[in-house]
Amino acid sequence: MEKFSSLQLSRRQLIGAAVTLPFAGSLARAADSSLTFDELYGKFGVLGLEFSDKVKTLAGKDISMKGFMAPPLKAEAQFFVLTEVPMSLCPFCSSDADWPDNIVVVYLGEKQTFVQPSQTIEVRGILEYGSWQDPETGFVSLLRIRQAEYSSV
Amino acid sequence: MRMLLAAFAATTILAGPAQAASIYPLDRATILAGSPFDFKVELSKQVKPEDVKITVNGQDYKTALGGEAQFIELEKGKEDKALGSALLLRGLKISAPGAYKVEIAAGDETKSVTWNVYDTAAQPKAKNIIFLLGDGLSVAHRTAARIMSKGMTEGKANGRLNMDDLERMAFIGTSATNAVATDSANTMSAYMTGHKTAVNAIGVYADRTPDSLDDPRVETFAEAVRRMTKKSVGIVATAEVEDATPAAVVAHTRNRGDKADVVGMLLDVKPEVLLGGGSAYFLGKEVAGSKRKDNQDYIKLFQDAGYKLATDKNELAANASAEGNLLGLFHTGNMDVTLDREFLKKGTVDKFPNQPGLVDMTKVALDRLSKNPEGFFLMVEGSSIDKMSHPLDWDRAVVDTIEFDKAIGVAREFQKAHPDTLIVVTGDHTHGVSIIGTVDDEKPGTEMREKVGTYAEAGFPNYKDENGDGYPDKIDVSRRLFLSANNGPDHYETFRPKLEGPFVPAIQNEKKEYVANEQYKDVPGAVFVQGNLPKTSESGVHAVDDVVLQSAGPGAEGFHGYMEQSDVYRVLADTFALGAKQTN
Repeated sequence: MEKFSSLQLSRRQLIGAAVTLPFAGSLARAADSSLTFDELYGKFGVLGLEFSDKVKTLAGKDISMKGFMAPPLKAEAQFFVLTEVPMSLCPFCSSDADWPDNIVVVYLGEKQTFVQPSQTIEVRGILEYGSWQDPETGFVSLLRIRQAEYSSV
Repeated sequence: MRMLLAAFAATTILAGPAQAASIYPLDRATILAGSPFDFKVELSKQVKPEDVKITVNGQDYKTALGGEAQFIELEKGKEDKALGSALLLRGLKISAPGAYKVEIAAGDETKSVTWNVYDTAAQPKAKNIIFLLGDGLSVAHRTAARIMSKGMTEGKANGRLNMDDLERMAFIGTSATNAVATDSANTMSAYMTGHKTAVNAIGVYADRTPDSLDDPRVETFAEAVRRMTKKSVGIVATAEVEDATPAAVVAHTRNRGDKADVVGMLLDVKPEVLLGGGSAYFLGKEVAGSKRKDNQDYIKLFQDAGYKLATDKNELAANASAEGNLLGLFHTGNMDVTLDREFLKKGTVDKFPNQPGLVDMTKVALDRLSKNPEGFFLMVEGSSIDKMSHPLDWDRAVVDTIEFDKAIGVAREFQKAHPDTLIVVTGDHTHGVSIIGTVDDEKPGTEMREKVGTYAEAGFPNYKDENGDGYPDKIDVSRRLFLSANNGPDHYETFRPKLEGPFVPAIQNEKKEYVANEQYKDVPGAVFVQGNLPKTSESGVHAVDDVVLQSAGPGAEGFHGYMEQSDVYRVLADTFALGAKQTN
């Protein structure tokens, strides 16, 4: 697993770099509470989707999730969108493109270098659900990972 | 030569400022008599109101048009950039047909345009119109649909598509006001308003201000039907109902991406039947799956307005012959394509397993709309022919063309029982695709390109339809049609149908360039195809080629030769006599 360089090492990375044992412990915890795109919703429907019990149980906790980084909204954004498959469309390049139904918005604890959208990444951070509008961009999300960091897998 | 060029340049520079003003509607606009439209003049400089002179056929415009425009001292662009003064007169109507020469002068700026206002027959020719639009329907799609569905023996088709027997035809030009190429928004808007407009625009002329909802409006066909008749209106699509094509029946925006606003515009016009996908924009932002940025619950607003709701195939069937308005939403986004929905169960069919198809929806729409003794206008869109052609997924596009043709069959059956019905079948634009032969797995070797048969080597494909449902029993037969795109991003050609789900030819890298999707690299025999579009293109693009329109029924005689898509509106308006005061 290769770490991507960041402008500033996060606290979690610092601990990981300085003390091997706690970092391994943190990884093990992350693995216990991994979430997949298939596990996001308990019910699909025209009148709305319903988050799964697993999402509700893990809310507020540290989780890990694998996916792909969609092309960032803007270069300096503190967040990106995690998708199940590599994004074939840039939702902001063409007005008839739209986001897929199952996305997770990732707010980084610290800025990190963006990676190739075809690269599978693992995101770790605190899971949060419910409608929230990004004050800077107006982007509305229903599922987020906050204080996140990621690495390629 | 050099002197000539210099002289030409000098003239151009001198002529420049005098030509900078814009007038909407544009020069050569065709306008239905009595149809409301917004008149806007955009000047390149800031001027005083008393310095602007506008005449219509030599007369002061206030007398000639019967209204006074609001003077806008200064319009601003992005980042408050000063754009110049403007005049805006909303909801103007001209009832007398004829040529209207509009001239403006403001300081050194002058501009003149001529509009052609037309009236229609005094009496309607047909009681009902069914307008069926195959989004992206190209000649190759229909040829492939015919061969795949009916088969071919010794060079003669073994059967005919429903669209093959519509006798009146025209070639349709689809270009936009700002580009030779087109998109589904502006071209459907031209069909549905009689005015051409710019790429991404619906029911408006594209003005210079950043707000996408303030542009000068023109009346849509559904609005004209509401204004002049007591007929019902129906909209059926397999896309999101707020997607460009269904939206253009009713909506007004410079930006087809304003889908949340389009839902409100649909509610304003209240089509008696509205069926398709796109519920995400009907749900308040607190609901998982919503794509709104506010908490408006449009499901409830439609229900409060008297709509019955259907969310799957069973609920649609249960509502088939009920009274009252019907809202059917069967997916949060675009509905799954026929191949996935009915056969492969791929795409999002596991999440929305009970979606109706275009045929079911068209039948229910006709059942309900035909209850109105005054008649109806129904728009049916085969949406995914285009949505599957962009990613070069020709099998999915062709199977959806077969489904679209079956919906035409439903319309033709209705027409037999109700001969006072005009049927129009067309596309909004084409794609750069052709059939060039077959791919034959039995040919020797492992290289798939060596299995491509052209000319005599092509033979005939071996699709079978033993259950007689009109669809091939399987699409991955050993000798298949080979469709090929003349444009696209970098991608891998696999020479095989994409059985695992819709094709994703290219994905974006961190430099925002689209590169071939490596997922297909190791498919046996796959070859890399270098793209010929800019690396910002994620898929194949619409072609500028003419579209074929076919028609049958009273009013169909209006279609012949070459027409612009904006001319098609005039035939529709004439068929319903929307330019004349009707006696009934």
